[in-house]
Amino acid sequence: MINKKVDSIEEALKGVSDHMTFMLGGFGLCGIPENAIAELARKGIKNLTCISNNAGVDDFGLGLLLQNKQIKKMISSYVGENDEFERQMLSGELEVELTPQGTLAEKCRAAQAGFPAFYTPAGYGTEVAEGKETRDFNGKMHVLELAYKADFAFVKAWKGDEAGNLIFKGTARNFNPLMCGAATITVAEVEELVPLGVLDPNHIHTPGIFVQRIFQGEKFEKRIEQRTVRQRS
Amino acid sequence: MLDKNGIAKRIAKEVKNGYYVNLGIGIPTLVANFVRDDIEVEFQSENGVLGMGQFPFEGEEDADIINAGKQTITTMPGASFFDSATSFSMIRGKHVHLTILGAMEVSENGDIANWKIPGKMVKGMGGAMDLVASAENIIVAMMHTNKRGESKLLKRCSLPLTGVGCVTKVVTNLAVFEIKNNQFYLLERAPGVSVEEIKNATEGTLVIEGEIPEMNL
Repeated sequence: MINKKVDSIEEALKGVSDHMTFMLGGFGLCGIPENAIAELARKGIKNLTCISNNAGVDDFGLGLLLQNKQIKKMISSYVGENDEFERQMLSGELEVELTPQGTLAEKCRAAQAGFPAFYTPAGYGTEVAEGKETRDFNGKMHVLELAYKADFAFVKAWKGDEAGNLIFKGTARNFNPLMCGAATITVAEVEELVPLGVLDPNHIHTPGIFVQRIFQGEKFEKRIEQRTVRQRS
Repeated sequence: MLDKNGIAKRIAKEVKNGYYVNLGIGIPTLVANFVRDDIEVEFQSENGVLGMGQFPFEGEEDADIINAGKQTITTMPGASFFDSATSFSMIRGKHVHLTILGAMEVSENGDIANWKIPGKMVKGMGGAMDLVASAENIIVAMMHTNKRGESKLLKRCSLPLTGVGCVTKVVTNLAVFEIKNNQFYLLERAPGVSVEEIKNATEGTLVIEGEIPEMNL
C-alpha cells in the first residue's frame, strides 16, 4: 500500500502559494472541501484562480476567500448566491469565466483522463463559443473545449482510507471524483478515515491512484443552502 | 388564462410512462406535482441524482442530498447518485427523454434565451446550455409576456442565447405551441382565452390551422 495519509492540515496544503490555480469540489455548499478552504483563508495566499461550480455564500465556502480578496479569477457555471462576489465582479476586481456545467465537469474529467480537449454541442451559437473552434459532426455543430490545468485539486469525500481510496455520499459526490487526479496534487479531506481493508474494493468510487494526500477533516459544518421540508399530514 | 400551476398541470400531460425527465427551476419544478400517479417516471437532477422524491419531513433533511436548486430532497426507491460528468452524459447522450425549462425569450426558429440580461448581474448558465444543446424533446414553460407586457415569443431573441434551434414546444399562460418550419403553430388555447388574444400577444410568426381547441386540463 502506498500511504497517502497526512496528519495535519498544514501538511495537506504544503506547497500552495500565490498565483496558483485550484480546483474545488462541491455543488452549492454540498460536498465542498470545508477544511481546505478554511486553511486557505488562514494562509491568506492571493491572486488565486479557482475552478468550482459555484462560489459559495458570503460567509461560507469560497465566499470566505472572496471576503479576503484572495481570488483573482473564478471559473464557475453559476454564481448567484453571494453579495461580495457580485460587488467584486461588478467593480472589475474579480475576473469571472462562466462555463456550462456539463462542460465544466468534462474539462475536469478530461484533465484527469489525459484528454487535451473534447467537442461538445453545449454553447454552440452562444457567446460561450466565441473564439473557439467549432466543427460539424453528423450534421450537428460542436465546440472544442480544452481540459483544465490546475496546481491543486481540493476534494471532499465521505469515507476514505490511507491508500487514498474514496467513497462519496449522496449528491455530495458531484464534481469531487472528476477533480481527483485532474491537478498536479489532489488533496482529499474525508469525514471518516478508516483503517486499510475496511472499505470494500467493490464500492470504491475513486481509486487511490488519483489522490496524493488524504486527511480526516477536523470539522464539517455541512451547511444547508435551501432547507425545504414538507409537513407530516 | 392559466396561472403558474396551470402551466405546470398542462405540461404534466406531456410526461409519458417510462420517461426520464429533467425539470428546471421555477414553473418546471411544479410539473412533478401534477404527473399522473399511474405512470412510471423518474426525475433527474443534474447535480447528480436520478429518482428524486419529495421534500423531506422536517428534521429529516440531509445536507448531502439536494437538487439542482440546492433544496433538500429525498429519493425514491430505485434512485441513484452519480458524479457531474455521468449526469451530463445522461443529458448529452440523450438518455433523458424530456427537458422542461423556463425562458425569458423563445424565437420562431427554436432559439432560447434564459441566462443573461446585459447590464444586470449575470449569475451563470448552470446546466441550461448543456440541456438545450442535447435534448431532443424540450418544452419551455413561461408566461406569454414579460413584465412590460411584451411578447416573449419572438421572431428573433434579443437577449444572449442559451441555445439555437432547440425548442420544440412552448406552454404559456395563454396557449400551447409547437415550433416547426420557423413558425409557432398554435395547438391549444388556455381556458377562456381567444385566438385573437393569443395573436395580439405573439410577435413571432403564428400559424393557426382550423379550429383551435381549448386545453383539456
